[in-house]
Amino acid sequence: MAWLKKLVGAVIVLGGAGAVAGWALSAPVRLDAAAVAQLSPGDAAKGKRIFFAGGCTSCHAKPGSKGDARLELAGGLELKTPFGTFVPPNISQDQKDGIGAWSEEDFANAMLKGVSPSGEHFYPAFPYASYARMKPADVADLYAFMKTLPAVAGKAPGHKLSFPFNIRRGIGLWKRLYVSPEPVIALPGGAPDKVLAGRYLVEGPGHCGECHTPRDFAGGVKKAEWLAGAVAAEGSGVVPNITPQGGTKDWSEADIANYLETGFTPDFDSVGGAMVDVQRNIAQLTADDRAAIAAYLKAVPPHPNGYPARKPAS
Amino acid sequence: MRKLVIAISLLAFAGSAAYADPIKDRQALMKERGKLAGQLSKVVKGEEAFDAAAVLTALKALEANAEKFDAEKLFPAGSDKGDTTAAPKIWEDMPGFKAAGDKFLADVKAAVASPPADVDALKAQLNTIGGDCGACHETYRIKKG
Repeated sequence: MAWLKKLVGAVIVLGGAGAVAGWALSAPVRLDAAAVAQLSPGDAAKGKRIFFAGGCTSCHAKPGSKGDARLELAGGLELKTPFGTFVPPNISQDQKDGIGAWSEEDFANAMLKGVSPSGEHFYPAFPYASYARMKPADVADLYAFMKTLPAVAGKAPGHKLSFPFNIRRGIGLWKRLYVSPEPVIALPGGAPDKVLAGRYLVEGPGHCGECHTPRDFAGGVKKAEWLAGAVAAEGSGVVPNITPQGGTKDWSEADIANYLETGFTPDFDSVGGAMVDVQRNIAQLTADDRAAIAAYLKAVPPHPNGYPARKPAS
Repeated sequence: MRKLVIAISLLAFAGSAAYADPIKDRQALMKERGKLAGQLSKVVKGEEAFDAAAVLTALKALEANAEKFDAEKLFPAGSDKGDTTAAPKIWEDMPGFKAAGDKFLADVKAAVASPPADVDALKAQLNTIGGDCGACHETYRIKKG
């Protein structure tokens, strides 16, 4: 029975090593010293642009808020997904219930690394997989702008997730697979500045790919089908394909920019669904920013729709 | 006489057919609405010159279109099935849906009541009206593949 003992021993050793490795690999990783050194005091005026490019208010304002109330970032919206219900937290300047007590470094660790001040992983419903591509200087500007927003008391309820998604530590492994500061689309050398600027806005702060790209079984974005559209994570609809092979293939760059500004498609249908909020936010950016987004969307590789064809009428 | 009876019954049939398919009816109404908004948008974008009379005609047509929007007739129970992008939310919250339709009508009426004198005035009005389109489609319409 010596072989059995050996086998048991091997299993224990391997299992133990696996557990140790898993634990080590899943550990939250903060910004390194070099990145922290890049964080200088931000400029709130510039941060306002980043705030609207990111559309923070779409998820973090109290549900149903209108007008200036949309700058009260008390959280509380319910995002019902196949993994469970995510509830965006209070990110107002409240010292206790919000992020008023966070340092700039805390904020940058959340945005770029998905790590909380207490050293826990955030769930990637908070789209840091996109924000990881942001410039630290833009994160600093955003921090400065958010400091100008009101404090709102009251904690939002926690997420309601089922096993195994309720194990936060597991997100560390997910991050190793899906979070990287590298651009998704490698543009050829000499790509126009406009396209590069658009890539940054779309892939980074704008986090367009989070909804417009299909996800794999583990909830990671399928970069090989970047922006090909996807079954909506919430509800029963789809999020359109916005590559040059999608429903926008006949739109000119000016058409895309105009849609983002006014909410009207070239054939005068209007923006709908979750995009209504996004369009309202993007309308706050400059015409140059919208033109850059349009130029990038025309430059990405074409893909067929990342969602099943519509069922014929029954 | 016989011909007349046939003609009348045909008309009646056509009339009832027009209400037989609420999905087609509401889509036709929305298509027309989009076309009218499009005409106005061309003026705002500077693709067409501002002509106060033509703008008012388009606004009045939009008003007539908005008045035809009868939520209960166009969105009867059961018409959530089939070739439609109407969201289930319409039937879960009919009062909210109707209120969104009423807001659109009210804003179009306001524009007709004080016709825009220049492009900037039209732009402001179209922003409000366009905002109504988005506000309703945000909640009450879903994209399908």
